[in-house]
Amino acid sequence: MENKVKVCVENLNVHYGEKQALFDVCMDINQNEITALIGPSGCGKSTFLRCLNRMNDVIDICKVEGSIKIDGQNIYDKDIQVEKLRERVGMVFQKPNPFPKSIFENVAYGPRIHGLAKDKTELEEIVHTSLKKAAIFDEVKDRLDETGTSLSGGQQQRLCIARAISVNPDVILMDEPCSALDPIATAKIEALMEDLKKEYTIIIVTHSMQQAARVSKKTGFFHLGNLIEVNDTETIFSTPANDKTLDYVTGRFG
Amino acid sequence: MNSNSLKISNENLKRRLNAERRFKFYGVIAISLALIFVLILFTNIISKGYSAFYRTLIEIKIEFNDKVQPEMFKQMSDTEINKLDLYSFSKKNIYSNFPDIEKKSDKKKIIKLFSIEFEEEIKTYINKNKNNLGNKINLYISASDDIDQIHKGNYSRDIPEERRRVSNFQLSIYDELVGQNKVKFEFNLPFFSRGDSREAELAGLGGSLIGSFFTMIIVLLLSFPFGLFGAIYLEEFSKRNRFTDFIEININNLAAVPSIVFGLLGLGILLNTFELPRSTALVGGITLSLMTLPTIIIATRASLRSVPPSIREGALAVGASKVQTVMHHVVPLALPGSITGTIIGIARALGETAPLLLIGMVAFIVDVPSSPLDPSTSLPVQAYLWNDSAERAYEEKTSAAIIILLSFLILFNLIAVFIRRKFETKW
Repeated sequence: MENKVKVCVENLNVHYGEKQALFDVCMDINQNEITALIGPSGCGKSTFLRCLNRMNDVIDICKVEGSIKIDGQNIYDKDIQVEKLRERVGMVFQKPNPFPKSIFENVAYGPRIHGLAKDKTELEEIVHTSLKKAAIFDEVKDRLDETGTSLSGGQQQRLCIARAISVNPDVILMDEPCSALDPIATAKIEALMEDLKKEYTIIIVTHSMQQAARVSKKTGFFHLGNLIEVNDTETIFSTPANDKTLDYVTGRFG
Repeated sequence: MNSNSLKISNENLKRRLNAERRFKFYGVIAISLALIFVLILFTNIISKGYSAFYRTLIEIKIEFNDKVQPEMFKQMSDTEINKLDLYSFSKKNIYSNFPDIEKKSDKKKIIKLFSIEFEEEIKTYINKNKNNLGNKINLYISASDDIDQIHKGNYSRDIPEERRRVSNFQLSIYDELVGQNKVKFEFNLPFFSRGDSREAELAGLGGSLIGSFFTMIIVLLLSFPFGLFGAIYLEEFSKRNRFTDFIEININNLAAVPSIVFGLLGLGILLNTFELPRSTALVGGITLSLMTLPTIIIATRASLRSVPPSIREGALAVGASKVQTVMHHVVPLALPGSITGTIIGIARALGETAPLLLIGMVAFIVDVPSSPLDPSTSLPVQAYLWNDSAERAYEEKTSAAIIILLSFLILFNLIAVFIRRKFETKW
């Protein structure tokens, strides 16, 4: 049974000044699934991911063409408020980047600026639920006042996931979330992703093909700014349609 | 590897290690030289200036009479007592401490042993003790600056009399007083509370301390907010184009402009065009703010730049707007660096003399300023003024002013270091 399409990308072209980073990318991403994006460094997969919540807006020279529709609405339309968009499309970064504030403040920040909680109890409620969903509550419940940066790398990353889900998004973007973590922390994050996909649509960029194979339902392979192939993960790793994909997943280049 | 090549590389290694040792040696020499110079400077200034922190007092006896009775002071207020003319009463009482001296010219010389304000000092004593005055009282009044210098040993007695400010007769009286144990030292509190004076024993740092304080407050109020928000705008919000590049180059140039140029600006614009009151801390503060502003902007921009981009991304990714990201996350992290820069900028402004000379803060001002709109001097200018004075006693006062100035600079820098150590975030 196919899930409903959540994100629909059509003819996406991205330029950084003179240099074109993405060429005519078209891709459908299904709801409540984990979609993995793989490819060698500099292939445009992170650029693609950052288009989905318009993080590229910060870069002056970046120009985006084409359309990205989330639930049928083009997020590059003029009347879209980028702050509202990022409330719906959360992001977790490669290096854990908790704010140098308390664990509580880290998670409470998003709900507070969006006015999601009416009073202090509600805010606490949101923070606790988010921490629980990110499977870190038990580890930090007694020290919510300590700074987020005092946690271990894996805990920090789960705190960042809690921060991302605190504003109740539909989609979570993960940009190589485990590349700075050890295998045990990685396993915890992967297990967490399995849980999270019941509620959220997850798109993950990863350098580890094993990780893509382990967690994702669908995988897209990027090469030199082109989306070469996107298909069920099993197909990509066993019988890909494109030779380049086969070369990459079997480790012949990249 | 054969033994020959091992040997060659060994010699090479020796050469490298020797070079390293030489390099370390040069470093140690450079630092020792710097330390020696600092030490010489400090010993010189402190040895010259420390004696200004105490003063010489001479004990005298006062006898009340029918005209000036101790009881009459009881009903009088402080201001009424201060308005009384007790000059001849005081003078006669001082003379009566030396019954053997009868010649009028000698009596005049005796009066010169004491501070010119002996009448005021006696009144102050009466004011303080008006409710329990006996018919005879003993009190200490300040010695004149020349006796003060002699008692401190700053002024040699071996100079021939005609070139000496204190005559042999006065010296013999002074020796007599010392012999009677009537001369003593006391901590020089008036030095910190009084304004400048033409009489060296009365001249104090109070006026310039308050003047410097007002000036620094003006500098802080003007340059910190403008510098902070200017830096935030330039670093976080402005688009990079030719215009902002131009501004950036100019800010960097401004930081290197000699301070006297800012004085000319203050003279030309603040005094001549806007006709703000001359010689005031307000004008001095505005002028010095212009000088401090680039320093603060540069320090703040550097500390804003050192906040990792991942913090900005983290805030943006949960939907914070640009202003929220900057104000909630970036600025609090950059603030310690900015405050450090501000303190160092203010410390520089505190020691600045040249621009203040041009806007008239170099005037001779006796009153201690009570607001930034009153004429005043500042610490370094006061040192400059005293250094120009002929009397011997100003020499120790010059050094003492420099000691106070240096203490403030060291204090400011310590605070800056403390803030940097305590609040800097490590990544």
